[in-house]
Amino acid sequence: MLVDLERPGGNPMTNTTTDRPDPSPLLSVRDLSIDFVTRRGSVRALDRVSFDMVPGEILGLVGESGAGKSLSGNAIIGLIDPPGRIAEGQISLDGRRIDTLAPRDMRKLRGRSIAAIFQDPLTSLDPLMRIGDQITETILTHLPVNRRQARQRALDLLRAVGIPAPELRIDHYPHQFSGGMRQRVVIALALCADPKLIIADEPTTALDVSIQAQIISLLKTMCREHQTAILLVTHDMGVIAEAADRVAVMYAGRLVEIGPVEEVLRAPKHVYTAGLIGSIPSLNRRRERLVQIDGAMPRPGSVPSGCPFAPRCPKRIDKCAERPELLPIGNSQAACWRAGEGHSYA
Amino acid sequence: MLLLVLKRLANAVVVLLFVALLAFTIFKFLGDPVQLMLNPQATQEERDALTQRLGLNDPVPVQFVKFVANAVQGDFGMSYRNQLPVMGVIAERFPATFELVMVSSIAALLIGLPLGVFAAINGGSFMVRVAHIISMIGVSVPAFVIGILLILAFSIELQVLPAFGRGEVVDLGFWTTGLLTSSGRYALIMPAISLALFQISFIMRLVTSEMLEVLRTDFIRFARARGLRARAIYFRHGLRNCLMPVVTITGMLIGDLIAFALVTEIVFQWPGMGFLFVQSVQYVDIPVMAAYLMIVCCIFILINLITDLIYVVVDPRMGATAIGGSNVR
Repeated sequence: MLVDLERPGGNPMTNTTTDRPDPSPLLSVRDLSIDFVTRRGSVRALDRVSFDMVPGEILGLVGESGAGKSLSGNAIIGLIDPPGRIAEGQISLDGRRIDTLAPRDMRKLRGRSIAAIFQDPLTSLDPLMRIGDQITETILTHLPVNRRQARQRALDLLRAVGIPAPELRIDHYPHQFSGGMRQRVVIALALCADPKLIIADEPTTALDVSIQAQIISLLKTMCREHQTAILLVTHDMGVIAEAADRVAVMYAGRLVEIGPVEEVLRAPKHVYTAGLIGSIPSLNRRRERLVQIDGAMPRPGSVPSGCPFAPRCPKRIDKCAERPELLPIGNSQAACWRAGEGHSYA
Repeated sequence: MLLLVLKRLANAVVVLLFVALLAFTIFKFLGDPVQLMLNPQATQEERDALTQRLGLNDPVPVQFVKFVANAVQGDFGMSYRNQLPVMGVIAERFPATFELVMVSSIAALLIGLPLGVFAAINGGSFMVRVAHIISMIGVSVPAFVIGILLILAFSIELQVLPAFGRGEVVDLGFWTTGLLTSSGRYALIMPAISLALFQISFIMRLVTSEMLEVLRTDFIRFARARGLRARAIYFRHGLRNCLMPVVTITGMLIGDLIAFALVTEIVFQWPGMGFLFVQSVQYVDIPVMAAYLMIVCCIFILINLITDLIYVVVDPRMGATAIGGSNVR
């Protein structure tokens, strides 16, 4: 059912489902810090976050609201809302540093090499423009094709993302589509120029559960067929378990654990990760009650200097007043002084 | 679309009947036409004859029906002042006002829209602050002050533009235009500027505030993420999405100007409808005033209809709801 879209400027990557970061990563984020500068001084919203992604990989970025997941995604596509700004660190795509690019050059990269999918498909599309026009406009911006070829490509894309009768639907307006169909259109828009990386910021949060599964499966298919890497930003551990190859857990602007999904889910190394997993309701595993992590995540600006989770951590020790670095343990990395012990939060 | 037009026309008929009643009431109860039309030395027989001829002895409802029936045929009676058919007098004046208003409105849109977008994009810059101060002046200084200042500068000091009148006009039979002669075009410049200044300022401020709203929306953010060029983001997606209020306000401004450009018309002795209206008030020329009321009402109805049709063109969602169609799922 899925058509093979031509890859302009083709990138014949062989199949990669590596769990370990490749020596030449597609995306490399190094010690990324973001400050929000206000009149009352600057507040650190993202604190020395580092991770890599290889081509065709789905990396889940998970955490509570305000943990800095969306901010990381926005930083990668160069759309941090003011007054936020990158304070230190660097972001590279295919070995080329992109966080210091001129806005002009970054604009050319967006949609071409790095695409984005946002949370709410109902508001992501221009309500006054036919979806076909929105797709062809994106294609014409990035690819050296004429109007007719662009429209043909738009049709192929719509078919590929599972829009029935694309010849008819291409001339419809966004309000004529349901939420799930609109998110498919948004995905088609993200795929316009065959990007190497898609930042998917809560792509299923605004959708019905049954539609969620369809969209996740569509994303996985697209990722596999086009060797597109996806940074899947979500607060939903279920989505991560379903879709991601690896998962990165964020807390209070820091990356606290990163590793292969099965390993992180089965044997979390960070106490916070264990708590997150314990708070997922499960149909198979009947319990008296779900785990609840006491307290609330510290607001940016009042994050403790040591381990950010220490004030809420049931396994706190004196050492936690010092900041733990992200260190390898097993196939994962975790920033926890007691990472070696294995946790089940209860 | 057709259904929408028909619905609006049906509404229009009701509105027009009400306005006709109002016009008729003025006609009927404001002053005695017989007294106004005859000279003071007229005999009682002459008065009775005229009263009979004007149908003023008929019952009031019958008079109203006659008034409406005549009005539909474009007959609003004779002007008291110069004993010419009212309709002819107004038709003669209409092109002058229409051309003046259209030229100034088109100029206002061409200048106001881009200025508004520019101001929204370059928020705190020096140029934008200057533009805002100028637009403040444009909104708050009355048109006649600007008109007088323009006459002082360009007619009296520099002597490059005529201070009054419409210049030479070309008669096209049904329409007299000043746009085809150079003196007509020169004469148009200053009145058009003094009318347009307010419109430019108003449209600019409106577009700026609407744009600032639209630029915060998700689809603009998504358009940025798609890597579209700035011009496409601001004009194709941004400006287009704030056109609705601009269309509404511009429609109202145009209607307002056609009906009530009278201050500017007096300053520049522009032979338009507003000028005519002021003259007819001075002479208590009631048939002209009543006809003027009806025509202004028709203009507003027409402009509202056009505005509604533009809505449907601009926003596909309007078409569906206005016609009562359902969304395809």
